[in-house]
Amino acid sequence: MEITPDARILFEVAGLPVNATIFNTWIVMALLTIGSALITWRLQPDVPASRWRTALEVIVTAIEAQIAEVTRQPSTRFIPFIGTLFLFIAVSNLLLVVPGFAPPTASLSTTTALALTVLVAVPAFGIASRGLGGYLRTYLQPTILMLPFNIISEVTRGLALAVRLYGNIMSGAVIAGILLGVAPFFFPVVMDMLGLLTGLIQAYIFAVLAMVYIAAATGPVPRANPSPSSRERAATDVGALDGEK
Amino acid sequence: MTDIGLIAAISIFTAGLTVAFGAIGPALGEARAAAQALASIAQQPDASGAISRTLFVSLAMIESTAIYCFVVSMILIFANPFWSWATEATAAAAGAGG
Repeated sequence: MEITPDARILFEVAGLPVNATIFNTWIVMALLTIGSALITWRLQPDVPASRWRTALEVIVTAIEAQIAEVTRQPSTRFIPFIGTLFLFIAVSNLLLVVPGFAPPTASLSTTTALALTVLVAVPAFGIASRGLGGYLRTYLQPTILMLPFNIISEVTRGLALAVRLYGNIMSGAVIAGILLGVAPFFFPVVMDMLGLLTGLIQAYIFAVLAMVYIAAATGPVPRANPSPSSRERAATDVGALDGEK
Repeated sequence: MTDIGLIAAISIFTAGLTVAFGAIGPALGEARAAAQALASIAQQPDASGAISRTLFVSLAMIESTAIYCFVVSMILIFANPFWSWATEATAAAAGAGG
């Protein structure tokens, strides 16, 4: 049994092997881009909105509302990055129902790439909102003694993001494969339904965690005073939760 | 017992042990988190949205420790580097001997 779609080579382009992960990633990207391009083709403000356009608006406003709820900051800066992460992961996990399609998120290379984008985005957003010095100073919070731990936590949170998504999606595929040998027809279907739920939740988790990390880097500077505002508490609480792990 | 049999036996045993022990802690932790969240929702139904959102995030984080153990055991069973080394060494020895 294979535990990653990386091992399945589909065809070669100019001598370069194209494996199932790369191919399926391009399928997901094409689906998302062509789908939304077709729906927003010749948008007009006054006509009654079509069903597809309403569906897109529902998705976008839901993501906006979630970002606003998590960060208590204006969501316009974050929605391109966080929304893309969520939609890509959610669509590739949900395409699990298509026979023969191995979700690209079941490969550690895809999830590592996604986690690396988050690791780059956190300092980028932080520097954009606080300036270079202001961002670097957050590594010295609360004392300079915490510098190595802050750096370690940056790295481990990326590792945790990557392995969490990979492990969840891969385990669904592997368990369905094992059950296919033990009790065919019925139980794999039930496990795949569970896999759909897990996939959607993991996409949500990945996006929320990325948002929390970015919000912690861009939000108001945490101080050691005893009465932080509710906004700071919300941002730092979830961050501390992850830091403890 | 030969080298290859020893590697196989220890790998399979350790894979089972990893999942077994790796499931205990997260199971207890998730149970505690879920029970606490349910109690909080019962007390404050208005805050159920925020509570369930943070509950989902925390459950995923608690669960990721179990997932790490699962990944390790999957590697031990399906992508074991020691096993591939042993099979290659055996094949090389057989090639040299025959």
